[in-house]
Amino acid sequence: MLIRLTGGTVYDPASGIDGQKQDIYIENGRIIDKPQGEFKVDKEYDLKGKVVMSGAIDMHTHIGGGKGNIARTLLPEDHRQDPVPRSDITRSGCGHAMPSTFVTGYRYAEMGYTAGFEPALLPINARQAHMEMGDIPILDKGGYVMLGSDDYLLRLLTAKKDQKAINDYVAWTMHTAKAIGVKVVNPGGINAFKFNQRKLDLDEQNAHYGVTPRDILRVLATAVKELGVPHPLHVHGCNLGVPGNVQTTLDTIQGIGGLPMHLTHIQFHSYGTEGDFKFSSGAAQIAEAINSNKNITVDVGQILFGQTVTASGDNMRQHANHKFASPNKWVVMDIECDAGCGVVPFKYKDQNFVNALQWAIGLETFLLVNDPWRIFLTTDHPNGAPFTSYPHLIRLLMDRSFRNDMLSTIHPEAQKMTTLASIDREYTLQEIAIMTRAGAAKLIGLKDRGGLSAGNFADITIYTDNADRQKMFEKPDYVFKDGQLVVVNGKVVSTKWGTTHVVKPDFDPSVEKGLNDYFDRYLTMKLGNFKISDDEIIEDGRGSITVHPLSS
Amino acid sequence: MIEITEVPSPFCGIGTDDLTIRVDGVSLKVIENGCAVNTPAFEQAITDTSPRVNGQEVSLDVAITAAAALLKDTRLPVIGGCATDVNGMRGLLALADRAGAVVDNMNFTGARNNFLALQDSGWMNTTLAEVKNRCDVFLVVGTDLEAFAPRFFERYLWNQEAMFLDNTGARDIVYLGKSPTGSASTSPSGKQAQVLPCATEDLPEVIAVLRALVKGQLITAQTVCGIAVADLQVLADKFKAAKYSVVTWAAGALAYAQAELTVQQLSEMIKDLNNQNTRCSGLPLAGKEGDQTANQVCGWTTGYPARTRFSAGYPEYDPFLNDTNLLLANGEADALVWVQAFNSKSVPPETTLPTIVVARSGMVFTKEPEVFIPVGTPGIDHVGHAYRMDNVVAIRLKKLRDSGLPSTAEVLNAIEQAL
Repeated sequence: MLIRLTGGTVYDPASGIDGQKQDIYIENGRIIDKPQGEFKVDKEYDLKGKVVMSGAIDMHTHIGGGKGNIARTLLPEDHRQDPVPRSDITRSGCGHAMPSTFVTGYRYAEMGYTAGFEPALLPINARQAHMEMGDIPILDKGGYVMLGSDDYLLRLLTAKKDQKAINDYVAWTMHTAKAIGVKVVNPGGINAFKFNQRKLDLDEQNAHYGVTPRDILRVLATAVKELGVPHPLHVHGCNLGVPGNVQTTLDTIQGIGGLPMHLTHIQFHSYGTEGDFKFSSGAAQIAEAINSNKNITVDVGQILFGQTVTASGDNMRQHANHKFASPNKWVVMDIECDAGCGVVPFKYKDQNFVNALQWAIGLETFLLVNDPWRIFLTTDHPNGAPFTSYPHLIRLLMDRSFRNDMLSTIHPEAQKMTTLASIDREYTLQEIAIMTRAGAAKLIGLKDRGGLSAGNFADITIYTDNADRQKMFEKPDYVFKDGQLVVVNGKVVSTKWGTTHVVKPDFDPSVEKGLNDYFDRYLTMKLGNFKISDDEIIEDGRGSITVHPLSS
Repeated sequence: MIEITEVPSPFCGIGTDDLTIRVDGVSLKVIENGCAVNTPAFEQAITDTSPRVNGQEVSLDVAITAAAALLKDTRLPVIGGCATDVNGMRGLLALADRAGAVVDNMNFTGARNNFLALQDSGWMNTTLAEVKNRCDVFLVVGTDLEAFAPRFFERYLWNQEAMFLDNTGARDIVYLGKSPTGSASTSPSGKQAQVLPCATEDLPEVIAVLRALVKGQLITAQTVCGIAVADLQVLADKFKAAKYSVVTWAAGALAYAQAELTVQQLSEMIKDLNNQNTRCSGLPLAGKEGDQTANQVCGWTTGYPARTRFSAGYPEYDPFLNDTNLLLANGEADALVWVQAFNSKSVPPETTLPTIVVARSGMVFTKEPEVFIPVGTPGIDHVGHAYRMDNVVAIRLKKLRDSGLPSTAEVLNAIEQAL
C-alpha cells in the first residue's frame, strides 16, 4: 500500500529540513522517494497546516525491569487514581507514576513517541526487563546494560587485567543481556554499599577492592569506544542528589579525558552549597563544561511537581534518601553480586525550597546548553516525573512567558536562587525535533530511525500547530509506527509490536573460560542458563531483534 | 535415551539449575542433584493426555470451544491456581481481562503477609548470590527451611568458597520459632545451628522483644514465650557485630492472624540495623507453584499483585476480597477456572460451580470438572520462564521431552480467542 502525507510542514533535522512543506511517501513500512512515472496513491492524508516530525524517541526511561515492578507493587493507591479500562483494541491497566506495560505503550504512542530505552538493564535481571518490554505495545525498545558494581568487573580491575580483557567482558555482557548500550550507576558505589560504605566520591576507594569510581569510568568508557558501540558510556555519576555534587560532576567530565561520555539526569548532579539553605544551582557551571567539552552529552532528568516514585539502581543513594520518602515506604535491595536497586516514592512540591530549585536547575540546564544535539529531553521517568508530563515540559522550554509565570509561583527563596527569569531563550520546533528525534537516534546509534528521508522506517508523528505547545504535543493528529496508523487525535486506533534494538560487538570466545569458573564458584546459576537467547525475545511471535551497526 | 545437564527447576523456588535428567521417550529420571522436592516433581509420569468435557474424552478444539461457551455468559468467573510460567500468566491475564474475571494466585493468602508489609512500609532485601558470598549471620524465622528447600544450605550457605568469607562453615545459623527437622543446617565441619524455639503464634511477641533489644531498649522481663531475653540479647549483639546478616522467613509459614505485622516488625528491625553502622537484609522465601511468577507478570500487566479482578473493565486489587475461597463460599463467583501446570496434586477447591481445569496431566478429581484440559509442565514439556524466590532472577526453563501436550499459554490464548 502506498501512502502519501501531503503538504505538511516538515521538521527533519536528520536531513537538515527545518519547517519546509514536503510530501512524504510510505510503502511497506518505510519512507520512500516519490515513485517515478505514474503511480497510484492508496491512501492520502491532507496535512496542510500540520507539523510533521519523525516519531519521538525517549533515550532514557525506566520502562522495564525489576525495580519498576517493585515500584508498581509498592503503590496500589497511586494506580487506583488512574484506572485504564480495556477497549476492543486495547488492554486494561493502570497509569500515573509507574504505568502498567500496556498502558505505557499506549500513552507513549498517544504523545507521538515510537521508541523508549530502558537505561538500567541489570545483567541478572535483563530477562525480566525484556519480558516487560515485550509486553509494551507499539514502541520499539532497547536497554543499556548496567556494569560497574558487579564483582566480576571489580575483580578484573583488582587483578590488573588489561583493557582487552575488560572489552571482552563488556562485549560478552552486551550479547548475553541483549543491550544497545552500557550504563554505569554510581560507579562502584552499589558494590561499596554492600561493604557498608555509605558514600563514595570520585576518587574514594572501594573498601574491599581498592578501586575508585574514576578507574571504573575510564575502563568502561574506553571499552565502549574500542568496541565500536555507538552509544557512549551512559553515566549516572557519584553523589546523586548531594549538595555540592556539581564539583564531582565537573571532575567526572575532566577525568574522562576526552572519551565519549553521556551524563544522565544531569539535573540531579548539578547542586552547589551556596545560600542560606546551603543548596544552590550549579547549572551554569555544568552547562559551560558541556558547551566546551564536545565529547559530553547529557539528558536532563527534569523534575516536575507532583507525586511520583524514584526507582534507581543506586541503592547507596536511595538508602540515604529514604528519609524523604512520601508516602513513607521504600525498598532497597542488594542484587546477586551484580548490582542493586532502591525504590523511594517522592512528592515534589513547588513550595519546598529544594524541590523548587531542582525544577529551576533542570530548566536552566536545558536553556544554557547551546547544542541541542548533545542534550536530551527526559524526566528520568518516573524519577523526576512520569513521562506523561513531557508536553508540559516542552511548553516550559518553548514558551518564555509561560515559564516565567510558573517561576513566579514557586518557593520565593528558590526564585531568588535561580537565573531562570533572565534567560530569554525559547526552544524552536526544530530544536525539539533534534532533542527528541534526530539527536536521540544518533546518540543511540539507531540506523534508519529518527529521520524522514527515504529509507527510514515510517515512524511519523503529525501535530496541529498550536501556540499552546503543551496542547500541541499532548495530542498528535496522527502517529504512524512502521507505516501503520496507530494513533488518531491522540487516541490509539490500532496496535502492533515494536522491535528490540541491540548491538553485537565482537569478543574473544575464550572470555567464557574465566566466567564459567566464576559462575560455578560464586554465583547461583550456570553460565549457560544465564545467557539470554534470541528465542526468548522472539518465540512468542510478537518480538523481534534489530542489530545495529558498530562505529568504525 | 538422552541425558540433559544443567536443568533448571521451577519446583523448589531456590533456582537449582544443575540437575542431570535422563530422558527415555516421555519418562524422566533425575540422575544427579535431585532432592525430595524436585525429583518426584520431574519424574511424575504422564497419565492422561486427552482433554475431557463432562468426563468424555474430546479433542483439544472441542474442549476449548466448551470452555469458551462456559465462560461466555458468566458475570464473575474466578481464575484460581495461577500456577504456571510467564507466558502462561500472560495468556491467563489476557483471558481474565476479556472475561472480566478475578485472578487469584493459590499462595496469595500466605504471600499477603509480605505484600501488606511491603505496601505499608517497604523493606530491605537481598538475593541468593549475596547470601552465598557475604552472609555471616543467618536467622531463620518460623520456618523449617530444609523442608521448604532441601538444598538451600548446600547451595547457598555451605558452598566451598565465598568471595568475602574465609570460611563459610563459620557462619552463625540461628532458628527462631520452629526447629529444623533435619541436619542440613549443621555446617560440614559440624557447627550446629542455634535454636531458640517457641510456638509459631508466639513469634510476634518474641520478635517485638528482639527488635527492642536491637534498638537498645530496656527489657525488664527475664523470658518471653519460653525464650530467655538474655539469649535474644546475644542474637541482637550478633546482628550488630555482623558484617552482612540475613533474616529469612516463609510468609505462608506464619499461619496466624495479622502475621503481616510480624513481617513488618522484622523488616523494620532490618532497617534499624542498617542505621547502626552495619548491613542486614531480608530474604523472603517463596517461588513455589509459580507464585512469584504470577505476582510479577500480574504486577507489570496491571500494576497490582495476583489477587486482582477485572470485572469493572479495569484491574482492581484487593488482597482480602478477591480470595478465591471467599468468592466461592459467598456465592459471588459463578464459574471457576483452575490453572495448575506444576502440581497435579493441587486440585481445585470444592465447588458446585461450573469448573474448567487447565492442569498438569494426572490430576484426580473427587468431582469431575465440566472441562479438563491437561497441559504440559513448564521446564519439562516446553520452554518457559519462572521466577525464583528472590524475585530478581527469572530462570529460563528447558524443554526436556516431546509429550505433545499443549502449554498453558496455548490453551488460555485459544480460549480467549474463542471468546
